[in-house]
Amino acid sequence: MATGHPDDTATHSDEEYVETAEGTRRRRAFVDRYPEAAQIVRICLGISFVAFAGGALFGLIQALHRTNVLRIIPSSDYYTLLTGHGVLMVLVFTTFGIAGLFQWATTRSLDREPPSSRLTAAWLGTITLGTLLAGGTILAGLTDAIPASADVLFTFYAPLKAHPLFYVGAALIIVGSWLAGASYFLQFREWRSENPDARIPLQSFMVLTTMLMWYISTLGVAVEVVFFLIPWSLGLISQVDPLLTRTLFWYFGHPVVYFWLLPAYLIWYTVLPKLSGGRLFSDPLARVVFVLFLILSTPVGFHHQYTDPGIASGYKFVAMTNTFFLLLPSLLTLFTVVASMEHGARQRGGTGYLGWLKALPWERPAFAGIALSGIMFAAGGFSGMINAGMNINYLIHNTLWVPGHFHLTVGTAFALTLMAVSYWLVPQVTGKRLQWRGLAAVQPYVWFVGMVLMSNAMHRAGLAGIPRRTAEPQYDQFSFQAVVGSVVEMRIQIAIGGTLLFVGAVMFLAVMLATWTLGKSNSQLRVNGFLPEPMSGAEDSPRVLDNLKLWVGIAIVLVALAYGLPLYDMVADGVLSPGSLPVPA
Amino acid sequence: MHVHRFEKLWFGASLVLIVAFVGTIVYGAIGPGVAMVGDDGGTIEAAAVSDGNFEQTENFREPGVYESTDGDGVDVYIVARQYLFNPGTAEPIEVPRGEEVTFHVTSADVTHGFNLAATNVNTMVIPGQVAKFDVTFEETGEYGIVCHEYCGSGHHTMAGQLHVVPQSQFDTTAEGEN
Repeated sequence: MATGHPDDTATHSDEEYVETAEGTRRRRAFVDRYPEAAQIVRICLGISFVAFAGGALFGLIQALHRTNVLRIIPSSDYYTLLTGHGVLMVLVFTTFGIAGLFQWATTRSLDREPPSSRLTAAWLGTITLGTLLAGGTILAGLTDAIPASADVLFTFYAPLKAHPLFYVGAALIIVGSWLAGASYFLQFREWRSENPDARIPLQSFMVLTTMLMWYISTLGVAVEVVFFLIPWSLGLISQVDPLLTRTLFWYFGHPVVYFWLLPAYLIWYTVLPKLSGGRLFSDPLARVVFVLFLILSTPVGFHHQYTDPGIASGYKFVAMTNTFFLLLPSLLTLFTVVASMEHGARQRGGTGYLGWLKALPWERPAFAGIALSGIMFAAGGFSGMINAGMNINYLIHNTLWVPGHFHLTVGTAFALTLMAVSYWLVPQVTGKRLQWRGLAAVQPYVWFVGMVLMSNAMHRAGLAGIPRRTAEPQYDQFSFQAVVGSVVEMRIQIAIGGTLLFVGAVMFLAVMLATWTLGKSNSQLRVNGFLPEPMSGAEDSPRVLDNLKLWVGIAIVLVALAYGLPLYDMVADGVLSPGSLPVPA
Repeated sequence: MHVHRFEKLWFGASLVLIVAFVGTIVYGAIGPGVAMVGDDGGTIEAAAVSDGNFEQTENFREPGVYESTDGDGVDVYIVARQYLFNPGTAEPIEVPRGEEVTFHVTSADVTHGFNLAATNVNTMVIPGQVAKFDVTFEETGEYGIVCHEYCGSGHHTMAGQLHVVPQSQFDTTAEGEN
């Protein structure tokens, strides 16, 4: 969008170089235009990739261990690595990756640098400190020399107890993400004071609605950790109510998946159409989708507790209805993404009902990765509908089906999108051309094949009743019977798939490392940050969509309706009762 | 607001799909009568369970299989703890075919899971809560019981068995009495 800035063409034209008044050519990449923001994006992505490397290694060891292919750790340490894999992947890799993407999107769409370097330092420092504390206590569990451990998994339910520093670290990661959000809002407020009547730029709108959803939903885990788990792990209170703390965890535990998914959607809506060679189909509907997520994301957490005693079925049914209506924004996204890709393909000369698919740039890693992650997410959406169904959920609850599902959502929709967009974005924030392009072009396909093998086998293993979160492939007292195929074949697929995913992760990290170290500053980038206008722009949408206060108000009312009575039921007999002592004591 | 004709069509079809999905769940609950875990098992003192003081509790009994008080079906009381089901692990739980089996499951320490592998008999076992649900087994057979919620470093050793036996055989092996 034109902003009237004198250097407006710098990021709003698809030419990589611009003629200056003196007649010389000047590059106009994101890093040239916004050096401060580019540095923040580099720091965030750098930390995110390091966490990804650790998480990927832990994932490989687990996949080989529980399929009995290669066992280099005792089974009791499996859970330490599982905790590490979960926390590194779904808290650290995602949070830093999202912070990087959002800093880029906010800065680009508002056309201004971040408001305060002190605030930036504060949020970066807080999340980093939290990561070191949580990660350190997890790794300490691998050695007896340090009297700390946190083998409690990413779903850290009481009364299994971790070292207090683990909970402090988790809290700091969340608080840091709040401060990052404050920075985006300040950046927006500065823009608003200069543009009182303009529509909120689309990317900024997406960042702000996602952060508002995040503020509402993280309240649950913040209360759980600060008021219950930290005092309890320090011995200040002797007991906590396991059901209450578990409920507070899941109040946050489902919206957190939208905190990962919405940044991927931001890329799908604003970058994928350009990479396809076209334009976004509709700006107004994109706004409707993000508003729907803001409103509906939080009052759905009970669908993780369908099999929990102590919660009346009626409350579960309310949450289920809400969960199914969350399908709506994702189904709308499916339409828009496919329509935008088709539009792009036809601009590139594609024809026919399906023949246009061949005209898409499948050889380019950024496009291929994002498109493949969208395809995998569609499959993940279908298994998610099973999870959401109150009665069929009983067949697959806590079986391998569930990790099969979320390796398609966070493990592909988010992770592969972030990797793919990095092939396009990292050159713009470093000023260095992408290196080892051949390796990069193959990488999304390696990830795709690995995930197809691992995920389909996990889904089927879940139907056979094989549980998640266990170090052993078999039990002494009985054996699992496959519904389709055989249990041994599923194990082989999981092992091969997990290995391919690790190879895909290493390929990605190698390309990033090469770009960062071998690439020359001020080189020709061969990419640009220009994002074309949507076919149907913001002017086609009602202004009420930009009224964020209204949507937050509705979101809070819905949360109160969904959680008010059940939480009252749980605390009516006392907030710490029925209580449980910590284990280990 | 300008919305494309195809988008409107898609929007409408999506809403129909969602309502249909919710409809199938409602049908499952009131048609075939899929029983789900609710809050009717009540709460319990976790300390009473870990100390075995079941006579102090109103809604739980010494672990075992009992003839139902109303003479129809059986009640099964199960305590999960690191890392066994009592009964279930040391010796299989036996229940009769074709009768309503009411499970009452609770925990003596941390949160566990209770799942008859490859069936929808599946519940969380949360300290302080009693999971209560009904199952009628139509065929005889043996089921593996697995703990699917991480419960400590020995979690992968926590398993058990449930045997569904003909009614004639069951009468002679009932553990509990009324």
